[in-house]
Amino acid sequence: MARLLADFEACQGYGNCITGAPDVYDIDDDGKVVLLRSEIDDADRPRVEEAARSCPVDALSIED
Amino acid sequence: MTRATGTVVVVGSSIGGVRTAQALRTEGFTGRIVLLGRDADLPYDKPPLSKQLLAGSWDTDRITLLGTEAAEAAGIELRLGVGAARLDTADRRIELADGAALGYDAVVLATGAGARPSPWIAESGVHVLRSLADATALRRDLDVDGPVVVIGGGFIGAEVAATARTLGREVTVVDPLPAPIGRVIGGAVAEHFTALHHRHDVATCFGVGVEDVRGRAGDLWVRLTDGTELGAGTVVVGIGAVPDDAWLRDSGLLIDDGVVCDRHGRAEGSPDVYAVGDVARWYHPDHDEHVRVEHWTNAVEQAAVVAHNVVRPDDLRAHRPVEYVWSDQYDWRVQIVGRPGTATRHQLLGDLDGAGARGAAVYTDDSGLLRGAVTVNWPKALVICRTLMGAAATFDDAVSRLADLPARRAASTR
Repeated sequence: MARLLADFEACQGYGNCITGAPDVYDIDDDGKVVLLRSEIDDADRPRVEEAARSCPVDALSIED
Repeated sequence: MTRATGTVVVVGSSIGGVRTAQALRTEGFTGRIVLLGRDADLPYDKPPLSKQLLAGSWDTDRITLLGTEAAEAAGIELRLGVGAARLDTADRRIELADGAALGYDAVVLATGAGARPSPWIAESGVHVLRSLADATALRRDLDVDGPVVVIGGGFIGAEVAATARTLGREVTVVDPLPAPIGRVIGGAVAEHFTALHHRHDVATCFGVGVEDVRGRAGDLWVRLTDGTELGAGTVVVGIGAVPDDAWLRDSGLLIDDGVVCDRHGRAEGSPDVYAVGDVARWYHPDHDEHVRVEHWTNAVEQAAVVAHNVVRPDDLRAHRPVEYVWSDQYDWRVQIVGRPGTATRHQLLGDLDGAGARGAAVYTDDSGLLRGAVTVNWPKALVICRTLMGAAATFDDAVSRLADLPARRAASTR
């Protein structure tokens, strides 16, 4: 399992992560990212990694 | 069948190229990856060039996309400061500008687009903005007091105008269209963007062309087609971009305002050649036409699709994105999804006027389907519309979903 991290200060509500992984990322009414899960398993990793990498301000990371 | 080994050369070190190289590893590619960049700088991100970097609030380290250590950790060979000169698809090799050559098993073309050059030639002080070097040079001139004239009222022009204003410059934006952003979002909504300039004391000359620019930095004159002459210390020309495909002219690839590709991002007739980002004109199955999209998000999404297709030619994916772009202008975060420019009707929700604006324009046509949305300072509304666009939802559904969101401007109406 890998841990999901988000930098809520950096998040600007661009929303790319939600298009890439709507089961993992969401947005609140203030336009900040919401982590729907705290961990992901290896099978989900490539898809979630690409969603995290679509953040224009590098606010998302995945930690082993 | 997978292609996990061999050599993949990625030509172009901006966002599309960098994300392709990284995604190749995510997809399980274990062979050699060479990332080639004409720019000698470490790969950097371009959206901040007209905003935070130009304003001086961020330095160049902050916009680095791929540092030396990160490249090494990912096993990405960086070859920077040398452009590609020629592509030989028969022999599968790339000739470089310095005379060297690189063989490949697959090549991804991600050379992007360059600023359309200024047709008006002055002695100095006339800028375009596309690269880090452009931004650094423009920043130097913006530090000198004197009026700024921005030619072109599109995204880049509007962002530069906003930044120059923040730096205390007196700014005028000129564009031959009466409402420049109207091409993208329709004339009625574009009027709000003109008002945004005026609210920040930036003058606009819209519906007027430029005849000539002459003089030198600090002492420039911009003559408009209606006879007006504007004095300027600095002139910025933001009139679009041109795909960097001239070097491919004798490659045998089909080039037509970009590299013509199939839905999988493969150059027509050359299955080992792929294209990503601003330089790619690919077949979009949902639009049933070839499109070229100069958006950051498109480059990133296409990079992931193409990397997958390079590694998994037995499981090809189509690139069929819903268009999405953002622009930060003054105190507005503008987010645009879909193709509002092709719609015939729209509805406004919230408020697009004054300080503290927060609103959305939602678009449709005769089909009654949601065709696009423009949001201002309302990311939640954008995300909802973007998700609905992907699900082919109706216009009425989108309007009612946004109307159900919590009362807007909660913070300022207390």
